Amino acid sequence: MKFGVVVFPGSNCDADCYHVIKHVAQQNVEYIWHKQDDVKGFDALILPGGFSYGDYLRTGAIARFSPIMPAVIEFAQRGGPVIGICNGFQILLEAGLLPGAMLRNRSLTFICDTVNLRVNRADTMFTNQYVKDQVLQIPIAHGEGNYYCDGETLKRLQDKQQIIFTYCDTEGRETAEVNPNGSVANIAGIINERGNVLGMMPHPERRSEPILGGSDGLDIFLSMIEWRQGVSMR
Amino acid sequence: MKELTYRQMGLLDEEYQQIKTILGREPNYLETGMFAVMWSEHCGYKNSRPLLKNFPTEGPQVIQGPGENAGVVDIGDNQALVFKIESHNHPCAIEPYQGAATGVGGIVRDIFTMGARPIALLNSLRFGDLQDPRVRQLFRGVVAGIAGYGNCLGIPTVGGEVYFHSSYQENPLVNAMCVGLVNQDEIALAVVEEVGSPIMLVGAKTGRDGIHGATFASEELSESSAEKRPSVQVGDPFMEKLLIEACLELIQEDLVAGMQDLGAAGLTSSIAETASKKGLGVMVDVSKVPRREEGMTPYEIMLSESQERMLIVPRSGKEDRIAEIFDKWGLDAVVIGKVTGDGLFKVYEGEVLVGEVPVAALTEGCPVYVRQGIEPPYYKELQAYDINTLPGYDPQEALLKLLASPNIASKKWVYRQYDYQVMTNTAIVPGDGDAAVLRIKDTIKGVALTTDCNSRMVYLDPYRGGKLAVCEAARNLACCGARPLALTNCLNFGNPEKPYIYWQMQNAIRGMADAARALNTPVVSGNVSLYNESKSVGVLPTPVVGMVGLLQDISQRCTMSFKDEGDIIVLLGRVRTELGGSEYLAVCHGIEAGEVPDPDLQEEIQLIELLLELCRRRLIKSAHDISEGGLAVTLAESAIKGRLGFTVDLPGTSDQAAQILFSEAPTRVAVSLAAKNLDTVKSIVSQYQLPLTVLGRVGGRRLVIGRSDHMLIDLDLEQAAHTWGEVLACIMK
Repeated sequence: MKFGVVVFPGSNCDADCYHVIKHVAQQNVEYIWHKQDDVKGFDALILPGGFSYGDYLRTGAIARFSPIMPAVIEFAQRGGPVIGICNGFQILLEAGLLPGAMLRNRSLTFICDTVNLRVNRADTMFTNQYVKDQVLQIPIAHGEGNYYCDGETLKRLQDKQQIIFTYCDTEGRETAEVNPNGSVANIAGIINERGNVLGMMPHPERRSEPILGGSDGLDIFLSMIEWRQGVSMR
Repeated sequence: MKELTYRQMGLLDEEYQQIKTILGREPNYLETGMFAVMWSEHCGYKNSRPLLKNFPTEGPQVIQGPGENAGVVDIGDNQALVFKIESHNHPCAIEPYQGAATGVGGIVRDIFTMGARPIALLNSLRFGDLQDPRVRQLFRGVVAGIAGYGNCLGIPTVGGEVYFHSSYQENPLVNAMCVGLVNQDEIALAVVEEVGSPIMLVGAKTGRDGIHGATFASEELSESSAEKRPSVQVGDPFMEKLLIEACLELIQEDLVAGMQDLGAAGLTSSIAETASKKGLGVMVDVSKVPRREEGMTPYEIMLSESQERMLIVPRSGKEDRIAEIFDKWGLDAVVIGKVTGDGLFKVYEGEVLVGEVPVAALTEGCPVYVRQGIEPPYYKELQAYDINTLPGYDPQEALLKLLASPNIASKKWVYRQYDYQVMTNTAIVPGDGDAAVLRIKDTIKGVALTTDCNSRMVYLDPYRGGKLAVCEAARNLACCGARPLALTNCLNFGNPEKPYIYWQMQNAIRGMADAARALNTPVVSGNVSLYNESKSVGVLPTPVVGMVGLLQDISQRCTMSFKDEGDIIVLLGRVRTELGGSEYLAVCHGIEAGEVPDPDLQEEIQLIELLLELCRRRLIKSAHDISEGGLAVTLAESAIKGRLGFTVDLPGTSDQAAQILFSEAPTRVAVSLAAKNLDTVKSIVSQYQLPLTVLGRVGGRRLVIGRSDHMLIDLDLEQAAHTWGEVLACIMK
């Protein structure tokens, strides 16, 4: 399976994602420079974390006008798997591939920590290696991860089961206390209706090897590989 | 801009005379400015250079000692670490966010200028009393500035220290350290040899910010310092990120002959330094320099400290490829001058020559002042304090008070704002060990990093305090299983023209040098920050040590937390009772005095070797050195981090309980180990001729310290954890 890691100027988790795909998941992976305008030959795309274009306007707001983005959008519309992590999630929101927007963290400070996440669905191309309601430990590192959407959108996300990851305590309870950034309904990651575009604030690539404290994050990438194998067998 | 006199630029009368003699005429305004910044303490080290000669700078592990942008040490496999620490104190006193942010930017440039990929940031911070809202604002701003810049670059901030003391009320200290990784055959040195080579300027446009920043850094802060806000630069981490990637590409393709970042004293300094090493000259045309605004004078252009700029001397014939790479990253690179053979620094504005000075006069020509230190009266007075006159204090109350002291309490409020995991190398994260540990990908090696300085000890006894800072740094690395390799230092002192301050410098440096020599941790880079005073009172002398160490096998790393119920807790090193300079005296008794405990360097070496062997043989499960707050705090922190209590039987006699619990005497570590390994550990420890004391066992939900006859401390683990964990966040709410 061939992954593409999109590199915007200011991306800074591109090498981390590349490392996990190549050396831990042992798959093909290449960087895709933001000035390219096609994504031919890739089976999945990763929009990595960082501060694309410095994020001086609004996180992800400039990156979505990058030359590569029309190709990313088309890839997603054809059903190709796209995962946006942290700044990548913010870019997916700005690009309209996922609903909602990001606000600054409730604390108004950057937060780096390791949080508990509940897996709300284990039947997606990104989560098939988990069991439903499993509690994961995954790091977060962001200043604007306070996910916001209006009530109507939230209801639709809930009805269509698009809320994939939520901040929770060790028992899986979504309390206000364990919500690190103030996001609506403790949302940490959502998927599009079709199920092929995932945006999440936590960094699975930072929790994919035991030396970094655990491998809870690796299963997201392994899920994508598993899904791909299923598709090609069909 | 109003014209300044040479005195306002920071030059002394005799220095101005000297410049006249060198030039054989009156210098013009531009030339005076160039001399003023280059001869400032910040650039020229004119007060500190004679003292710095005392430091050991060589060793088999040293690839590059002081004199380059950063020091370089060998870590095997053709790899090397490049590292340096630098101050940005005065800008932070005026504009904390930008001051701290640009401090990070500056030190990162020093590292990638050497061709190294920056892999870690650390810092060392000092502020006044947090009860003062202005101090809280400075603290908040500095932390946010470090976070804002470092996080955007994607370089993890993995370690550091923060202390609070009233002497820093108006003059905070903000020292930033950067560590880079480089292949030894790709180290780039700023050596330019070819006459006629073009000089390129790349990165941000030049503005009016930071003019005379180096001079501002070399004088005391005063009521009017706020007017110097234009001397503070504004940072653009995004631009810096592009510069890092572009410059590392240049080096990978071997396209540059010389590279130099623009830091203090801007173009003047970086051009002079590039040319001076080989006795070459340089000509530069300021009209070629891309500017942010109209009407900038040659003086402003040459002295601007606008951030995120690099000077590049291409290898001949490689100019086009260089331009291509910069274009890919959206950066402008322009040729602003060329290398000449005449040893002169000529500044043109178009066709007009507007300044001409010998390069060497700016660099090696900087005057050096050997001053006379005088022992201040406080030294003997405070040393003479008699600990036996101390009133009693309930040990449990004392421990709680210490855990709640901002100097000891968890710094999570700080490091939670730093991205310490990006690059996916951080194997011991902030708060988990006595040092940070990073893996080196594609190897089984790890590097350990720390910054340390107990400035109260240095104040009370600069010689011993200097030794203590080096010893503690080395011990912290060894507690993580890493062999200490080399150090960088940031010497923060008050006004060196005052004999008492100069005496502090002399003795602290002598202490550091003695310890660095004994522990085989040479000084490979560093920075001096003087004139740290406000209202004419110097800050506590604060010679910060940044040290790097190597783990041959990262799986042998050790953290500070207790791991398992029933494990045995052991004190390695002596049971000691000296309370001089301790946090206990300061917090519980309001006393900052006493004889500073003297580190025995031979004993320290033995302890370090012992720790390395215990880690190598995987015989200990935790290690935490005894420092601020003494043994009681050390044990409490291991318990809190491990979420496991302990029961300890305190050695010594009853009337010495407080001393034994709270002494900060060095060369001691509390470790925990499986009961079955106790005999093996005992026999190893005896081979190192070090004392060992079995203190008790890990387990339960309480912190219990007593003696057979008498309970001293019996504290709920959760209460201790809450006190220690939340204090800083509560204060900063």
